[in-house]
Amino acid sequence: MRTHSTRRLLGALAVASALALTATACGGSDSDAGDSSPKDVKSALEKGGKVTVWAWEPTLKKVAADFEKKYPNVDVELVNAGTGDKQYTALQNAIAAGSGAPDVAQVEYYALGQFAIGKSVEDLSPYGAQKYGKTFTPGPWNAVTADKAVYALPMDSGPMAFFYNKKVFDKHHIEVPTTWDEYVEAARTLHKADPKIFITNDTGDAGATTSLIWQAGGRPYKTDGTKVSVAFDDAGTKKYTATWQKLLDEKLVAPISSWSDAWYKGLADGSLATLSIGAWMPANLTSGVAAASGDWRVAPLPQWTKGDKASAENGGSSLAVPKAAKNKELAYAFTEFATTGAGASARVAEGAFPATRADLESKAFLDAPFPYFGGQKANQVFAESARNVGADWSYLPYQVYANSIFNDTAGKAYVSSTKLTDGLKAWQDASIKYGKDQGFTVN
Amino acid sequence: MTTSFTTGAAGSSPSSPGPRPRSSRTSPSATARPRRGRSARKSRRPPHTPLNPRPSIPLTLVTGVVVLYTLAPLLWLVVNATKSQRGLFDSFGLWFADDFNLWDNVTRTLTYDDGVFVRWFLNTLLYVTLGAGGATVLAVLGGYALAKYEFPGRRAVFAVVIGAVAVPGTALAVPTFLMFSNMGLTNTPWAVIIPSLISPFGLYLMWVFASEAVPAGLLEAARIDGSSELRTFFTIALPLLMPGTVTVLLFSMVATWNNYFLPLIMIKDPDWYPLTLGLNAWNAQAQTAGGQAVFDLIITGSLLTIVPIVAAFLLLQRYWQSGLAAGSVKE
Repeated sequence: MRTHSTRRLLGALAVASALALTATACGGSDSDAGDSSPKDVKSALEKGGKVTVWAWEPTLKKVAADFEKKYPNVDVELVNAGTGDKQYTALQNAIAAGSGAPDVAQVEYYALGQFAIGKSVEDLSPYGAQKYGKTFTPGPWNAVTADKAVYALPMDSGPMAFFYNKKVFDKHHIEVPTTWDEYVEAARTLHKADPKIFITNDTGDAGATTSLIWQAGGRPYKTDGTKVSVAFDDAGTKKYTATWQKLLDEKLVAPISSWSDAWYKGLADGSLATLSIGAWMPANLTSGVAAASGDWRVAPLPQWTKGDKASAENGGSSLAVPKAAKNKELAYAFTEFATTGAGASARVAEGAFPATRADLESKAFLDAPFPYFGGQKANQVFAESARNVGADWSYLPYQVYANSIFNDTAGKAYVSSTKLTDGLKAWQDASIKYGKDQGFTVN
Repeated sequence: MTTSFTTGAAGSSPSSPGPRPRSSRTSPSATARPRRGRSARKSRRPPHTPLNPRPSIPLTLVTGVVVLYTLAPLLWLVVNATKSQRGLFDSFGLWFADDFNLWDNVTRTLTYDDGVFVRWFLNTLLYVTLGAGGATVLAVLGGYALAKYEFPGRRAVFAVVIGAVAVPGTALAVPTFLMFSNMGLTNTPWAVIIPSLISPFGLYLMWVFASEAVPAGLLEAARIDGSSELRTFFTIALPLLMPGTVTVLLFSMVATWNNYFLPLIMIKDPDWYPLTLGLNAWNAQAQTAGGQAVFDLIITGSLLTIVPIVAAFLLLQRYWQSGLAAGSVKE
């Protein structure tokens, strides 16, 4: 098995090369074809052509086939150019090199800012994207819009929920925690009853950390154009660090990285008892942890204050049209098809978690039983969570970079005696420094 | 593992650890070949000579550990390719699970995602045939020319080649990407094949090998007999260069077969992925929301991926060995 460190090294190399590329080969492809309108989109669809889509989302396969069926003149080429970071690096490279960029690209919400501020993705409002303001749930819509521009259309979302192994909980007679204090208590009881069992895993994951701070009411990032502030010292962040520090000090979280094979193994054999993660997780559990089918259930996230209903987003991605796209009208048409209406519903049917209100509120969606969760109607929990996502959250315009240095800064709290607060401070300082170097006004 | 195997491997080294047997120095009979008879072995241990060196227990142990260390990952791979995904998680890593799923795994690996694995396999074969094959041809031609012809700038070429050996391919990947991108060659097989054609190490190896293996006198004799340079090369020099050629071929085959970084940045279209990228893409599936975790297929795929390389080594190793030995003894 490929170790994590090699992957990280490769990732670092790729990031470094991407930065070198953007530094040396800036500009060049900033030529706008002029004003586009919804009418142009329609004629482009009739004329036909080829759309290259870079995405790793598996449900897009079905959408691409449907789209080709509906518009026979259009040929959709779906390319998996890598997942997350790798795809962004490839995209940056292609944009900087001036050739090879796709017409449509999947971009996660946390990464979209980077492409928007770098003016490498098209503002979709001239094509008619503004009208979808009420189609999508507020969280994802906020994530793709800024100053009246629409930089992408939301493809899915990840309202967080609490996944727990009911079998393990029942065996040790533990109640499902409703607050994070109860969660710490449950972690202690479980680990004491069986030292092989951990309440969850954590080796330092920027996405998970920021999501939980988000849920706790912390708003460490503020972004206004090129004015940015980073401050991990508000009340919400403090709630998170106080609780997580207890878990780290008492070694109650397993030192296993998410998505590793050890992680899948732990989820399957019951040694990792819970996950606080996005609502897209059922698909991964069903295929990757088939052995534990029937053991798991879903509940709302534990709360920071008893009786609250706060939630946050974790993950979720959008489809954007790079400025370098060859046929932007057609690219927009595909984006629109895949994210709204029938395309979105088809994707939900294949297991994606919707960002569209209509799908999220449909009876069929809410009442669908999950055999994996013992027949539980899990979507009701997720939909409830989607409604309770805390507002006003924003990521940095260079969050991809910031996340890539999380393990070198905040990550120290997981492997040494560094306190989480100090780790986050180090992350904050490094993020500020990088922002300044990139020409942002940071404080 | 037997002791004779170990000592046989270490036999050429005169400085093998452990005290030397007194008899090999003092007794003149020690130079006699040991008798192979059953009675001889029973009566006394055969004397140790350079051809029949004394077994050394510490050395045997060290070599044994190294052998285990080398073979354990391979064993792990073979064992785990027989397990289902559930078995992978449930059973001990270095032993078989209750279910034997190898054939099922192989079939599923070959058919998963519309049989894309087969396509990747053929791609890799294409890159290796054209890339490593071409690299070998160029290295043989270049090495021979540098070793056997005097021309101005030869020393400069030497310096450049030695310098090029020191630059890792990874460092050149990004500039190469920019260059190929300008030429519009990225995302095509050429972007992988053309850079693979250049093998400074292979050129250097062939150069050194050619200067030793092809006597100048032989070439002179051929020229005096009226053979053209081309004919001399093909009928006289090339057969002599065979062991070196096979060595370079093996090296570049392994390098191209395992190449990861170059295709990673050059190729975005999964239809042109080599196996290394393809398997990694399958692995990445487990790390995305909604993706399917196919650890069983990745492991079986990895096993299938190394089979051709193992076969190539087994088939070509005798040429390779004679190549390593060439020039070590003056005859």
